[in-house]
Amino acid sequence: MNETVNTRNQPQAASAPGQDALVHALPRLKEAWTPSSQLVRFENAPLKLECGQSLNSFQIAYETWGQLNAEKSNAVLVCHALTGDQYVIGTNPVTGKPGWWETLLGPGKPIDTNKYFVICANILGGCMGTTGPASIDPATGKPYGLNFPVITIADMVNAQVRLIDHLGIGQLFAVIGGSMGGMQVLDWAARHKERVFAAMPIATAARHSSQNIAFHEVGRQAVMADPDWCRGDYHTHHKVPKNGLAVARMAAHITYLSEDALHQKFGRNLQDRSSRTFSFDADFQVESYLRHQGSTFVDRFDANSYLYITRAMDYFDLAAESGDVLANAFRNTRTRFLVVSFTSDWLYPTRESRDIVQALNAVAANVSFVEIESNKGHDAFLLDEPEFFATVAGFVNAAAQHRGLKA
Amino acid sequence: MPHQHRPAAATLRPDHQLIAEMVTTGARVIDVGCGDGALLDVLARDKAVDARGIELSREKVNACVARGLSVIQGDADRDLSDYPDDAFDYAILSLTIQATRHPKTVLENLLRIGRRAIVSFPNFGHWKIRKGLLIGGRMPVTENLPESWYDTPNAHLCTIYDFADLVKLVDAEVEDAFSFNARGKRLGIKQSIWLQNLLGEKAVFLLKRKH
Repeated sequence: MNETVNTRNQPQAASAPGQDALVHALPRLKEAWTPSSQLVRFENAPLKLECGQSLNSFQIAYETWGQLNAEKSNAVLVCHALTGDQYVIGTNPVTGKPGWWETLLGPGKPIDTNKYFVICANILGGCMGTTGPASIDPATGKPYGLNFPVITIADMVNAQVRLIDHLGIGQLFAVIGGSMGGMQVLDWAARHKERVFAAMPIATAARHSSQNIAFHEVGRQAVMADPDWCRGDYHTHHKVPKNGLAVARMAAHITYLSEDALHQKFGRNLQDRSSRTFSFDADFQVESYLRHQGSTFVDRFDANSYLYITRAMDYFDLAAESGDVLANAFRNTRTRFLVVSFTSDWLYPTRESRDIVQALNAVAANVSFVEIESNKGHDAFLLDEPEFFATVAGFVNAAAQHRGLKA
Repeated sequence: MPHQHRPAAATLRPDHQLIAEMVTTGARVIDVGCGDGALLDVLARDKAVDARGIELSREKVNACVARGLSVIQGDADRDLSDYPDDAFDYAILSLTIQATRHPKTVLENLLRIGRRAIVSFPNFGHWKIRKGLLIGGRMPVTENLPESWYDTPNAHLCTIYDFADLVKLVDAEVEDAFSFNARGKRLGIKQSIWLQNLLGEKAVFLLKRKH
């Protein structure tokens, strides 16, 4: 196995002339190919995928904060959600916005980077530097597109395992993630029990519900119905399926909120006008808001990545691999768990967190479970929820004591 | 074991102190209806137990987890059946059984998931309660049972006699049992059950299943 570590901003390989033109036309691709974050490449070290195929070579783009202690016992792995990335803290190089979980992680935060070594890697199939459908297929010299193999949550975790091995960390002190990040947390806890001291699956489920698969299918169909998608080969045709991806994002965005949150934020208010225009303009503020969400998303995200990652979530069913008994997935676990749900989250409702808790109880695992009162829907896990922060801090501090980490 | 938020000794509930004395050091314990986690805190601090809790109130659960306790939001009637047999050395139900929907099933589950069960409850046979009903002719309202009949969560109140009958019914063995008053003072062990049932404000039973 060959591991190449690259420092920031060093190009991976001499890019073909066509690739330069692509980056010029679509600056986002620079981050997909030559990310500004830390990078490790695994050459001729096949990553065997659940679909049966392998990736002979692949790269992982990741960020770290804080210091790994001498015992290497204070590492916290953050798993990001569907459209997240490794920029948990600090300015995102594509959007220029602050990190997506600065509410929870950072100096003096519930997960304190003065105390813990925090790692977050872009997921396999992503478009922020880890190998995904926008990456260059070594076989063709062109972006993979639909030649990229279909991946699963377990494949994403297996790629992260390579990174953790590369960093020389045996056991992670904690693995934390919300939504699809929570699925990765559950997969870590189920298949790599001895490597996870504490696990925090947040606003997530052990299997994707039929309703969630349905919403994802709407999104994928919107992308694939866009003529600019070009059967996944849009980069070669110098096109981007912007309209399709924007509609996919708009539909998905509704599922991240709640009726109450939408009503409070927008009600039936009109957008910059005093009366209805009797047209299909964005008369309502909520329409204007969704259009904005859709159009900013296409500037930062790859349409094929969206297809592959939503598929991985759909395929996730932790119980299915354990004789349809979820508890079997956690048998003999010694991991400490904190399961968190939010009252108004209808995408990953509390009952799905309760299913996880029930399975953990069935194996008498050490589990804490809190349901946080919030009207903000699924997105609550990313927002300012003091009670959520207090429970995470309490859980992490107690786990640190049990792990023998210094206060 | 160091613990983050040590409650001052003065805030210890007397019945918690009595229960804590029954638990052996280092045991695996679940406190069903653990409230704000005060008993779990005592057990973790003084007895180094592997302490878990279940609590119905979301606010109390969140407060417990925020102070570092392993507690889940759940319901004694619904969630005890999830646990495997002998998952714990002690399954504790303190001043909660009277508020469950199915006390018999709850007790059976406690005896199944715990090698021993510790159950405390307010004694409805106490003389003040008898007096309230006998003289006043109304459902008694006392310091121990302060809610009016239409407000109370206590759907299944019982006397020490009643509970002893249930223990027999579920085929459990009494290893220890005594009654105590509000300040946690145990009644003299020489008192007959008849007298304990009259004078004890609360009672606690240490139980073990026979088979």
